[in-house]
Amino acid sequence: MSPHEPTLPDEWELVVGLEVHVELATRTKLFCGCANEFSTDPNTNVCPVCLGLPGSLPVMNGKAVDYAMKLGRALGCEVHGSVMARKNYFYPDMAKDYQTTQYDKPTSMDGELVLSDGAVVGIERAHIEEDAGKTTHIGGGGRINDAMFSLVDYNRAGVPLVEVVSRPDIRTIDHAKAYVNELRDILLAIEVSDAKMEEGSMRVDANVSVRPVGSEELRTRCELKNINSVRSMGRAIEYEAQRHVDLYNSGEAPRQETRHWDEDGGRSTPGRSKEDADDYRYFQEPDLVPLEPSAADVAAIDASLPVLPAARRARLADLSGVGPDVLSTVVERGQDGLALDAIEAGADADKVLTRLQNDVAVDDWSNLTPPLLAALIRMETSGELTATQAKQVLSDMVESGGDPATIASGRGFEAMESNELEGLVDQLIADNPDEWIRFTSGDDGEQKKMQGFFTGQIMKATNGQADGRAIAQLLAAKGS
Amino acid sequence: MSARSIAADVASGARSAASVLDEHLARVREREEEIHAFNLVTEEKARSQADAVDAAVAAGDPVGPLAGVPLALKDNMCTRGIPTTCSSKILEGWRPPYDATVVSRLADAGAVFVGKTNLDEFAMGSSTENSAFGPTRNPLDTGRVPGGSSGGSAAAVAANFAPLAIGSDTGGSIRQPAAFCGIVGMKPTYGAVSRYGLIAFGSSLDQFGPFATDVADAAALYDVIAGHDPLDSTSITDFTPNAVDHLSRGVQGLRVGVVRELSGGAGSVEGLSADVLARTNEAVEALAAAGAIVEEVSVPSATLGLSAYYIVAPAEASSNLARYDGVRYGLRVDAPTTGEMNTATRTAGFGAEVKRRIMLGTYALSAGYYDAFYGKALKVRTMMLRDFASVYENFDVLITPTAPTTAFPFGERSSDPMTMYVNDVCTIPSNLTGHPGISVPFGVGDDGLPVGVQVLAPALADGLTFQVAAVLEAAANAGGAT
Repeated sequence: MSPHEPTLPDEWELVVGLEVHVELATRTKLFCGCANEFSTDPNTNVCPVCLGLPGSLPVMNGKAVDYAMKLGRALGCEVHGSVMARKNYFYPDMAKDYQTTQYDKPTSMDGELVLSDGAVVGIERAHIEEDAGKTTHIGGGGRINDAMFSLVDYNRAGVPLVEVVSRPDIRTIDHAKAYVNELRDILLAIEVSDAKMEEGSMRVDANVSVRPVGSEELRTRCELKNINSVRSMGRAIEYEAQRHVDLYNSGEAPRQETRHWDEDGGRSTPGRSKEDADDYRYFQEPDLVPLEPSAADVAAIDASLPVLPAARRARLADLSGVGPDVLSTVVERGQDGLALDAIEAGADADKVLTRLQNDVAVDDWSNLTPPLLAALIRMETSGELTATQAKQVLSDMVESGGDPATIASGRGFEAMESNELEGLVDQLIADNPDEWIRFTSGDDGEQKKMQGFFTGQIMKATNGQADGRAIAQLLAAKGS
Repeated sequence: MSARSIAADVASGARSAASVLDEHLARVREREEEIHAFNLVTEEKARSQADAVDAAVAAGDPVGPLAGVPLALKDNMCTRGIPTTCSSKILEGWRPPYDATVVSRLADAGAVFVGKTNLDEFAMGSSTENSAFGPTRNPLDTGRVPGGSSGGSAAAVAANFAPLAIGSDTGGSIRQPAAFCGIVGMKPTYGAVSRYGLIAFGSSLDQFGPFATDVADAAALYDVIAGHDPLDSTSITDFTPNAVDHLSRGVQGLRVGVVRELSGGAGSVEGLSADVLARTNEAVEALAAAGAIVEEVSVPSATLGLSAYYIVAPAEASSNLARYDGVRYGLRVDAPTTGEMNTATRTAGFGAEVKRRIMLGTYALSAGYYDAFYGKALKVRTMMLRDFASVYENFDVLITPTAPTTAFPFGERSSDPMTMYVNDVCTIPSNLTGHPGISVPFGVGDDGLPVGVQVLAPALADGLTFQVAAVLEAAANAGGAT
């Protein structure tokens, strides 16, 4: 978690639910054989079905259903029989002027997402639906009301989506961010989406309200759209919550509405009015048959699921004492297998994990095998290598392979004898009497600063070969 | 001349497809102005198809079962590159970029497409008076309607513009015009014939089906168009049509139920005319004489069909017809904003009956009304399915009149939607249940115009409807009908 948590005034509590649209990485669209690929020239990846031409009929993409069920099970949802429904409303980029989605019988219901710090957010539902085309408004600042004309590209129409709807269980911005990060990690782990917020393959809408601390009520919420990064989501929620608090404090109340997040302006503005759009006249899609997965189908989905990020973090947490941030990073990068094997081979667990987090932030670490990593960590913990040296050796190992002992001797790293180090420390104290007094009699901050000074000088004198912890111990012993 | 003898002659080289086509086009030239069966005569397309068949025959290549047979297509079937209008101004000029599955199958079978036939706009109507391009006249009496909505297809066959035609049936739109025009018309089991390329009216009710001058031709056409299509998710898998095989099986020992509520018995719907009921009774007697075991049977929920239908069909239509918004194809009436353009386009493009049904359906699905209307209609539908299923435990087929009356004069009902809607009372139940039904001519009414008798059967028993209809047809031809 970030140490800086933007907060509301003490007496107010934030209430957030997130609706995340995930594009499924199927080869073809949800209801036709067109490629699920919309970065091509406008309106080239289309057919009678995704253009909603008269007489065309949808055929369900079985792979998309499998992916949706996989996601449902990964979120701990019940996955059962479901039906597609029509959501009726007019919009130019909606080829049929209805969206084929799921309504009262979604594929997945009642799950939960466990965040990296152990907090639990309920999942209300995760349903399958089709994406719409993309409208570009020309002139008038790009907003529909002022545009001179609009262009519609239907390449994205019919792309398979799953909408994951959380319960309003989120109480902090950090948890909202953690939720999105965790969902992304799960999507990547189960390989159903590339989950890139910046590219729109994962789109987050935030339902935001506030309430007095201690209250259990759910007050009027606003739905924030046009959020295109985790950071932007944090800003949007913070702004919106404060707007609600300000309204309540001035004796007013927010209206239930969809609002547009303006990232550049750092504010939300009223979007489409919901007054006349609320009645979608849902009814069962007569052109598709109900989806009826058997118990065996669901069992097969379960069997196909990899170990999920939360369980992978828990496994590492059992073996180590590092914080949740370290666990998240290592698991997110997929380095937990390497870490587990290195720990198994006898390396210190905390050291393995912190080294991976801090020093192996690369895409390709294939040169780093568990025995080699374990050997390096053992050299560090035994004092054969200083922290700084270990870091350099590790970098070489990642870059070009090889065992740590050979690399260390090739670089001329040999741990300094402790009496040699003590001599250097004594010399330094004698050369810098003022600093030494500040170290021994200053307050905590001063002491820390001077420890940094002495350590830096010694590192400089030894070309980084001294062990930072040994220096600290020597300084402490001599100062007491 | 029957479609099957044309196909046999063409395949054997005894006649050319081109000459068959010429004969039919000559009749079209003679009477089409008066009848108005077609929105478009596709002479050029027909000639190229006929030439291709003749070339195949000359080369000794195999030809399909409908080789060289002229055929009319209802104008709500997508035909690649050929205007497809649904008899609506909103689609005027639109050329689909693809063929309906049924169209492809017919082309592969060697059929020759003579034209796109007129219909009530978007198949909403029972008289073809709701076409934006003017009504079709009944070839047997041009002062009367041909029925609808597939009135153009029925009239094309009755006027011998083509021995075969395809219609679509959402609430009786094949069977009722077949009855009015004195020909055979059949609605298949829902899912037996692909809906891909059928411009939707009521998606859970719509089916394509055959029109022909006799039962054997209708069966042959059915066998060509039925069968699984992966492009239609509601298409029945593992289903092999075999209607022709049923034609000579007779009705010996078959259990035939006469539906009391739709045949003038106790608790019957009102408005069934005496002459129609008399012909229906004679048909039942003819089946008994041919060895069937005949009994009256009650299906109480059958009378609720009309009300349920006029909720379900408009509800689906209100959604299906949303796409005609002026954005992508068809008519566009410009206006300052997108919303105003949508409204202006739909106001100008749709006729009164279509607007009426869109409003009915929108209302029936709206929050606060859904349960009382759409939800209740679905319950009626479930109840009807249950009632018919229990009746079919004891009966193989059911008999009713096809329509309450013979063909009525123009204008008689068009001013009052309710009297028009009652036309479908006998045909609607099988759309709601998804069961097959056929209308076969059986004598004439007091006005000398044909009466149709309807044979209903359970799901997938499509062959059985042809089997019973063949017996009725033989009896009618032998003078069993008065």
